[in-house]
Amino acid sequence: MSEWFDGIKAQFILNFVEKSRWRYLLTGLFNTLKITFFAVLIGIALGTVIAIVRSTADRNLNAMRHGPGRTILSFFDKICRLYLTVVRGTPVVIQLMIFYYVIFASSRNSVLIAIISFGLNSAAYVAEVVRGGIMSVDIGQTEAGRSLGFNYVQTMWLIVVPQALKNVLPALANEFIVLLKETSVAGYVAIKDLTKGGDIIRGATYSPFMPLIAVALIYLVLVVFFSWLVGKLERRLRNSDH
Amino acid sequence: MTTNVLIKVTGLEKHFGKGENAVRALRGVDAEITQGEKLVVIGPSGSGKSTFLRCLNRLEEPTGGQIIFDGVDITSPSCDINHVRRRMGMVFQQFNLFPHKTVLQNITLAPVKHKLMTREQANARAMELLNRVGLVEKAAAYPSQLSGGQKQRIAIVRALAMNPEVMLFDEPTSALDPEMVGEVLQVMKDLAREGMTMVVVTHEMGFAREVSDRVMFMDEGRIVEQGTPGDIFVNPQNKRTQDFLSKLL
Repeated sequence: MSEWFDGIKAQFILNFVEKSRWRYLLTGLFNTLKITFFAVLIGIALGTVIAIVRSTADRNLNAMRHGPGRTILSFFDKICRLYLTVVRGTPVVIQLMIFYYVIFASSRNSVLIAIISFGLNSAAYVAEVVRGGIMSVDIGQTEAGRSLGFNYVQTMWLIVVPQALKNVLPALANEFIVLLKETSVAGYVAIKDLTKGGDIIRGATYSPFMPLIAVALIYLVLVVFFSWLVGKLERRLRNSDH
Repeated sequence: MTTNVLIKVTGLEKHFGKGENAVRALRGVDAEITQGEKLVVIGPSGSGKSTFLRCLNRLEEPTGGQIIFDGVDITSPSCDINHVRRRMGMVFQQFNLFPHKTVLQNITLAPVKHKLMTREQANARAMELLNRVGLVEKAAAYPSQLSGGQKQRIAIVRALAMNPEVMLFDEPTSALDPEMVGEVLQVMKDLAREGMTMVVVTHEMGFAREVSDRVMFMDEGRIVEQGTPGDIFVNPQNKRTQDFLSKLL
């Protein structure tokens, strides 16, 4: 028993303490959080815009009079559909590499590139979630807004979207958690994220057990922590407006 | 009697769907609503009365015909309907209060965002209106904390806060429990007494008889008969009007 414990202890010292290898994990964690946080902001902002275009088109395109408004809406709807199809139809790691090696080949700010590509990827998933939320808000809310003289965009912004986002908050939180874990492929484009940090240690010590378990544990703790945070936020929103 | 015509409707048509399967909800409706008039629209379900009302502020886009509001053709493509709607209050069967905003925010949202009033002016006006309907103490409440009758009174106040020239009521008491109908009708009666122009789609015949200047009976997308409440309720001429009223009374 004591032998086994000594073995574990030696492993721990080798992997984390020696040469301050724990710092790989810390820098990695910091990069992972940075990428996830900013990507989620891009995802929600762009995803909401796409959702507004798509749900507007779904609801109104058939009933609209022929004219410039209809043509423009139809055009943007087609763009959004194409975007959703391409982004959801290809693996995120391929998208990341296309951004890194092709589109931004001249830039070496890999964290920024990762933020952009994970953000654009997340937007596609957020868009469908938010669109569901918008469609679930009673049409009477839109009618009430319009009857008070608000234009379509004001009605969406002031009345429909706040209710829609609140309704889909659990699904958005899930998207955040999925994104957090998806960023583990960032190592493909030489980003030192959490997963890559573990890999570096493993490569140096030739001992896979400790680094992998440590990385897994850190992801798990993050996910549990964020789930708890979102639960709290949800309860507060429910309290404030029943 | 013939004073200012506020709303003039000619040949109003509304079709839902296209081609042969289209439902013709309105089949050529002509109507004039004068300043200060209280018009009650009655009719069986599917008669087009709600569609008619919703066309007046273009919540339904008319398929044909013309609506002139205060001298402006609001069916023309060049008309800015958002500006017209600020002058027309609308009250819905399902209240449609904004659940994520307090009562006070519901009432002040439009006047403040349209920059018709400052926040302070809008708040003061809202409190004054809330006082009139006896709901001052609910200013900070959320809609989910209110009863149906209270919600509808707030919805009326929300429309009034824009100082509209006409109020459109789309079956305002149909979604209410019976014991709450009275409080909403009372607010509407007070409003009528103050001289507001009102168009009311309702099944409340008592209200129609007591408050309206004119009752309009619609069926199958047309105005079948109209006249004073006395004419329509006591002495209806058309067979369909007689049938409809005999089922109700």
